[in-house]
Amino acid sequence: MRLLRPMAALVWKDLLLELRSRDIVVSALVFGFLVVVVFNFALKVSPERVSELAPGILWVAFAFAGTLAMSRAFVREREQGGMEGLLLAPVSRDAIFLGKVLVSFLFMLVIEAALLPVFAVLLNFTSFTLTLAGAILLATLGFATVGTLFSAIAVQTRSREVMLPVLFFPVILPVLIGAVEVSGAAVGSGPQTGVVTRWLPLMAVFDAVFLVICPWIFSIIVEE
Amino acid sequence: MAAAQGASSSPKSGFAFPGMSGVLLVATAVLMLVNLYLIFLVAPTDAVLGEVQRIFYFHVPIAIVSFVAFFVVFVASIGYLVTRKSRWDSVAHAAAEVGVVFVSLALLTGIVWARPVWGVWWTWEPRLTTTLILWLIYVAYLMLRSYVPNKSQGALYAAGLGIIGFVDVPIVYYSVQWWRSIHPSAVVGPLADSGALEPIMQAVLFYSQAVFLLLFLYLLLERMRLRNAEDRLSALRFVSRMRR
Repeated sequence: MRLLRPMAALVWKDLLLELRSRDIVVSALVFGFLVVVVFNFALKVSPERVSELAPGILWVAFAFAGTLAMSRAFVREREQGGMEGLLLAPVSRDAIFLGKVLVSFLFMLVIEAALLPVFAVLLNFTSFTLTLAGAILLATLGFATVGTLFSAIAVQTRSREVMLPVLFFPVILPVLIGAVEVSGAAVGSGPQTGVVTRWLPLMAVFDAVFLVICPWIFSIIVEE
Repeated sequence: MAAAQGASSSPKSGFAFPGMSGVLLVATAVLMLVNLYLIFLVAPTDAVLGEVQRIFYFHVPIAIVSFVAFFVVFVASIGYLVTRKSRWDSVAHAAAEVGVVFVSLALLTGIVWARPVWGVWWTWEPRLTTTLILWLIYVAYLMLRSYVPNKSQGALYAAGLGIIGFVDVPIVYYSVQWWRSIHPSAVVGPLADSGALEPIMQAVLFYSQAVFLLLFLYLLLERMRLRNAEDRLSALRFVSRMRR
């Protein structure tokens, strides 16, 4: 409860800000849409090859759009001194971190939910299954956890637009591979047996490990 | 600033006693010459792979040293986050820099080795891929250090990444292994898997490993000393600017 109430307040604040300005979700969404379109031309996606290429395109679009959304997570706090306010508030830093993770998680889910129909139409991709939903939830949670920590770091650097992806992608790689593999199995390209039972637990383990480590590191490294 | 400097600004903080650096340098140089002699003149030529196999005596020790270096970064990062002593940060920074040099060398020697042996420059084999990811993570680590304007803040961030990067490595390794086991291997030509090593080859490898660890130790200590000198110089500049 001591964790949940400040978390809820933080999430509500960010959702309200986003509802009024709409600058994070909309710009990331347009960017994700562009990624899908560009890949369509770059890879010459034809109906025969769509099930082979679609998982990769899907996750590149999600990951890039997600990075764009997460890179903004702390910008507002920095520009208007919000971070000082948050850190001065009598709540644990775990609550601040987890609240930010939840905000990024929700934003990314909205972006992904909006991109999937686009995907279905443009690439003729119709195999939406429960497994794919599970992969999306687990991968997005992993993205949001690691991405929020790196976003808090990157916002303090000189070239934050470059720094976030440079930090984010190498670390997130296991989740990205897992998500692509599970999606591949869902659309029927590649082998089916054992893929889901192997990758979903790996992604869950990744999420669990980083949900423990990242709040600890965050609470130590955010100062002043 | 002054408090952070205090621990690191004593002149001898890089070494336990002066002169050790010179001793270590001479010892490493002599042992490395012996190492070259052993590798090129004592170790027998591989029956299957020929002379190119000798790069193995460089490649394997260098790769292992880079893993040791990143383990040092990991331990020193935890040490820094827990104690906030700048000595730990200096160890982590130096180990990361030396580690990036070694992991780059490991990748390059691996590429040179793979071409004649496997017939390709590169293959997305688990160990290679994991090493490449390691390289990316620690290059990002060094970038992060130079892009954070505030030095003490940069040390904290780098420590965080030093921990996360190392924890991530086993997960990356397993994921890449599973990913590879599903896809067909790109390796062509005679496979390097030539079975157990001959005792003499094994002995040369162990010796080479020991020498490269010593080289790592020397570079690490020397880099730490250089960093302490940099810190002292910037502190002195700061003071002289204040006086003016």
